[in-house]
Amino acid sequence: MNLPPSRVRIRVDQPIAPPSTNGNAILGAPGMTATAEGHWDVAPEVVFDSRDVSVFYGAKQALTGVNLGIRRGEITALIGPSGCGKTTFLRSLNRMNDSVPGFRIEGEILYHGHDIYGGNVDQVEVRRRIGMVFQKPNPFPKSIYDNVAWAPRNLGLRSGLAERVEKALRGAALWDEVKDRLKDSALGLSGGQQQRLCIARAIAIEPDVLLLDEPASALDPIATGAIEDLMHSLKGRFTIVIVTHNMQQAARVADRTAFFSLETGGEKPIGSLIEFDDTERIFGSPRDPRTRDYVTGRFG
Amino acid sequence: MSREAQPVGAGDRPRAYDPAAPLTATGNLRRRQIFSKLTEFAATGAAFAAIAVLVIVVYTVIARGAGAISWDFITKSAPEGVAPALVGSAIIVGIGTLIAAPIGVLIALYLTQYAGGRAAGFVSMTMDVMNGLPAIIVGVFVFTFLVDTNGTVGLGQAGWIGGVALSIIMVPLIARGTQGVLRLIPKSQSEAADALGVARWRTVLSVILPSALGGILTVTILSIARAAGETAPLLLISSNASVDQVSINPFEAMANGPVRIYQLSEEANPAGFSEAWGLSLLFISFILFASLGARAMVARSKRKISS
Repeated sequence: MNLPPSRVRIRVDQPIAPPSTNGNAILGAPGMTATAEGHWDVAPEVVFDSRDVSVFYGAKQALTGVNLGIRRGEITALIGPSGCGKTTFLRSLNRMNDSVPGFRIEGEILYHGHDIYGGNVDQVEVRRRIGMVFQKPNPFPKSIYDNVAWAPRNLGLRSGLAERVEKALRGAALWDEVKDRLKDSALGLSGGQQQRLCIARAIAIEPDVLLLDEPASALDPIATGAIEDLMHSLKGRFTIVIVTHNMQQAARVADRTAFFSLETGGEKPIGSLIEFDDTERIFGSPRDPRTRDYVTGRFG
Repeated sequence: MSREAQPVGAGDRPRAYDPAAPLTATGNLRRRQIFSKLTEFAATGAAFAAIAVLVIVVYTVIARGAGAISWDFITKSAPEGVAPALVGSAIIVGIGTLIAAPIGVLIALYLTQYAGGRAAGFVSMTMDVMNGLPAIIVGVFVFTFLVDTNGTVGLGQAGWIGGVALSIIMVPLIARGTQGVLRLIPKSQSEAADALGVARWRTVLSVILPSALGGILTVTILSIARAAGETAPLLLISSNASVDQVSINPFEAMANGPVRIYQLSEEANPAGFSEAWGLSLLFISFILFASLGARAMVARSKRKISS
């Protein structure tokens, strides 16, 4: 496997960084072992292991001491009030915050054992494996087909492109609606269709993880239902992390839920992780009174 | 109970106005309204004065130049026509565009995609200063470095050197204009591309530039219109040229529109004046149509990006 990294199909046990000479780049997370075929045989396997993560924007601290493990093939929801750092945390998982002026991160986020912010990690390669869908649908001003085909083309995945596009659109439950107008502009689609197109675009390059930043908050209830059904069908094939303001949505789709809140430890409130557990536990019998107040709607 | 007798709030002082009075402007408000009307009138007048100047210029050029225009005037060399100047201008401006367009677009990409806030501010300011540079100074600069036989390189007059001088005038126009077009492209577009694990230069080539292409063309046409009329640099760089025959060799001095207009109006020959007006009419028509066409294209590409 001496091809350039971007042309290699994903194997999750590969280091994100280009092969280093010291041989230390490949480190499994604790308690995980890989078989010779590259499959993990210890369940549940942790994809992201966040260790004491704090995030700063300039002098302002946005997030403090987050310890959180995200399991493979599951849907993990991040919930909490506005400004609690849940989107900051999500965007830190694929280095989308790097372009924010003054962004600084402490602690480490291990992805399959590799530090996402390690010295020789290439952020483009990180995002090639960890895809993201944004709050507002953002299709390119190109045809429906070209939107989905764009990333595979630019990553050198040109063989079987038409099949790949069809598979991605079917995967995003959009194929039947658009198969007769693939050459039409994506901007002519409805908001819900555009968002599913963005999901199709993200899964067309077969990422390992999908990060969804409030993917349904700009959509009506019917389109929201379609996106939630879609998440259920993508579960297992992809590890999904979703930020949502909508607690019912988290309860409906997520296997595990993390509750973030603003904590006034010093003089300024800082986002922190309050509780992380199975979704049923978070919404049914939360351990922390702050979680209980929030999920029952008593939060101020 | 009458209105005046009702309580009027804290302190129980009477209001400064009578709420029941008719709602017309009186006293101080009336004076302010009159001043406001005068200001509006002056501003409107200034705007129409500018339009009037353009109309008068265009009318004068048409009135005095239309008579000179004929097929021979456009296609023949001196003394009947001005073909060498038209061809020379096209080649000189073409060379300038070939140099300036790529550099200008790259500067705009740097400003919008790569530069930090401080660097972008500095480069933008430099572009604005360059844009304000008098054309004669650009001319003297290029003359000293490339043309003057006592100078650094000393190549003598040549059409391509005229293109270099015009490119210095065009670069800031193209850079700033393209920057404006690229700013219209929503940040969510490059964010979407970033999140797909595609390298930035591929995003620039296949998402950002295609979206901006119409706008970039427009900006380039506007800068061509501006450069085509620049006289000062070419007087120094490409003025000692034959007007008797068409030349397409950019390595010698080439006749060109602005310099030809200048020469014809300096000649002690009434026929020359009329030719100068005719050539002026050709240039002013080109500039007007290029500008109008370019603006229509801007409107179209804006709709395309934002829809």
